[in-house]
Amino acid sequence: MDESAQMTVSNEVAIRIISMNKWYGAFHVLRDIDMTVYRGERIVICGPSGSGKSTLIRCINALEEHQKGKIVVDGTVLSSDLKNIDKIRSEVGMCFQHFNLFPHLTILENCTLAPIQVRRVPKKEAEETAMHFLEKVKIPEQADKYPGQLSGGQQQRVAIARSLCMRPRIMLFDEPTSALDPEMIKEVLDTMIQLAEEGMTMLCVTHEMGFARQVANRVIFMDDGQIVEQNEPEEFFGKPRSDRTKLFLSQILGH
Amino acid sequence: MAQVAYVRHKMLPEQTPPPNSVGTIGWLRTNLFSGWFNTLLTIVAVLLIFRLLANVLPWALVPTWGGTSLGNCREILQEMGREGHFAGACWGVIRERWLQLFFGFYPSEIYWRPILAFFGLFVALSPILFPEHAFRLIGFSAIYPFIVVYLIWGGSIWGPVMALLGFVIGYMVLKFLTEPLGRLAATIAAFLLPVLWWLFLASPIAGTFANVLPLALQPVESAKVGGFMLAFIIGVTGIAASLPIGIVLALGRRSDLIILKGICVGFIEFIRGVPLITLLFVASTLLNIFMPPGTKFDLVLRVTIMVTLFSSAYMAEVIRGGLAALSKGQYEAADSLGLDYWQSQRLIIMPQALKISIPGIVGNFIGLFKDTTLVSVIALWDPILLSTNIRADTNWNGILWELYGFIAVVFFITCFSMSRYSMYLERKLATDHR
Ligand SMILES: Nc1ncnc2c1ncn2[C@@H]1O[C@H](COP(=O)(O)OP(=O)(O)O)[C@@H](O)[C@H]1O
Ligand SMILES: [Mg+2]
Repeated sequence: MDESAQMTVSNEVAIRIISMNKWYGAFHVLRDIDMTVYRGERIVICGPSGSGKSTLIRCINALEEHQKGKIVVDGTVLSSDLKNIDKIRSEVGMCFQHFNLFPHLTILENCTLAPIQVRRVPKKEAEETAMHFLEKVKIPEQADKYPGQLSGGQQQRVAIARSLCMRPRIMLFDEPTSALDPEMIKEVLDTMIQLAEEGMTMLCVTHEMGFARQVANRVIFMDDGQIVEQNEPEEFFGKPRSDRTKLFLSQILGH
Repeated sequence: MAQVAYVRHKMLPEQTPPPNSVGTIGWLRTNLFSGWFNTLLTIVAVLLIFRLLANVLPWALVPTWGGTSLGNCREILQEMGREGHFAGACWGVIRERWLQLFFGFYPSEIYWRPILAFFGLFVALSPILFPEHAFRLIGFSAIYPFIVVYLIWGGSIWGPVMALLGFVIGYMVLKFLTEPLGRLAATIAAFLLPVLWWLFLASPIAGTFANVLPLALQPVESAKVGGFMLAFIIGVTGIAASLPIGIVLALGRRSDLIILKGICVGFIEFIRGVPLITLLFVASTLLNIFMPPGTKFDLVLRVTIMVTLFSSAYMAEVIRGGLAALSKGQYEAADSLGLDYWQSQRLIIMPQALKISIPGIVGNFIGLFKDTTLVSVIALWDPILLSTNIRADTNWNGILWELYGFIAVVFFITCFSMSRYSMYLERKLATDHR
């Protein structure tokens, strides 16, 4: 494991999930999830399709409501109170599989909208911040284009920059590279690696095992709405313990 | 076994396309003469158009502009050696009556008032139609409706001013009381206070002011307002008001609040299930029965409200279609950035949904504008009813095509402009580069 990356994990709790359960109608998607994320951790969540990975990270910023148990993000308890939800959402950034950029706004406007509207940052300052992060994801020259004019990889990097403009303390990624052509995956992963090196607390749902090995300090394997196994990447990939994990790993690493 | 290995040694240079696939010939080939069936269609269409023009043009292009009656027109045509039922148009009726077709029975010495209002319309529309050039004028757009009421109906200026003040009160309440009272209470107050103001305070205060400083224009009663002016008043008001109402209804219909949703669905389905004519009759007769006796509630206003409600139900469905076309991801992205419901509607959802719905929305606008001619069934002087009235004049008895043609042309110009504008808008807003 990368020595310097490990050092940035503190023992301050960023997210605590206590016996959380969620149902879609009668369907029990998440069952008794217990999980603590410390500040600076880079967690990769993997598991078969439909195992509830997306649902789990979407519960963390209240895009989905949980029915039982408790989620505490940055010291704020997630309840149905709107004020809390808005507070948490402005602290937690999220990147989606399909980018979800706003197609009617330019790249720059995509990045400045929320800071101006939610954080009440003056326009000029918001634009400076946006350019700063667009430079960081290496596409400042695209600022005046529209999302539709960019490649998938570029769009995903814009989406990351857009989240960063809100100065989040935690970033959630839901399969950020799985809608991308192979040659674009690397540019997005590089951006995420850079983010990790700067100490961002990250939860990534991804099947990029190379990324997991290089960046994650913990890999969580989910199946049937439960956390089945979690470990440091080395151990997780080298000596998986549960049969389900072994089966899953053999499937995704098999080809 | 086939040979699989292949290596190209010489790369091919670029060549010009064959001459019969580009230029005029290429265009003709692809658009008019591609295959025997299309060629046949082209020939048939050309023949039809030719026959149509050969019949209509000689009829329309006749020097009867100066005709003083149908008989007089016939004489002019006879001198040209033309006889019979279809000898030629009699344009004299348009020369004599076009002002009436535009203004109805509005007193001619104060035509300047509706004309001023009409030009004001373009000023008021410019910040909305071309926001990047004229957004500074938006304040004028906001007070324009009150100016129109004052200009067209006349009377004391204080009536419209007090009506406007009701909106100002609502706005102020929202702006300054949201913090101390909370959003819900402030919204309710912003709705109730203006209503109370209009019901109880506005007219006595307007009366007091009018006594001190009248600033009155010669009043004109609604019965005299007619022609295209009436069509424009009802049409433009309906268009301007039905879009926001339609948006609210569409949002209500998609809302999670079950009662709100029920009300919106009920309203939309009721209105769509009833012909407009029925609503117009309700406006002209039934509404009076429900009003306290002695209430003066202008017929044009009542009709405008009905037309607006009618159109907004359709508008709601068009906008709902636009909303349904947006991916869930757009809502989620807006949510995940911490935008609240109204922010994400205003900044993310509506701009996209409305853009998708432009063809439907403008289609509704055009339909609404043409539907204004229906008000003739409740004896308002729309252009069609006026044309019937003109024909009742012995001078012009028997004239049909000229009047309808003229009315059609004016409607066509208006509707076609709307259609062109909508195409311009679609092109301008096309940012998704699909
Ligand atoms: N909105 C929803 N309504 C009902 N079922 C859903 C909904 N979203 C997801 N599910 C179901 O919940 C399960 C977990 O979904 P998800 O969290 O997206 O899985 P993953 O991201 O691991 O592939 C799946 O079986 C899926 O069909
Ligand atoms: Mg998923």
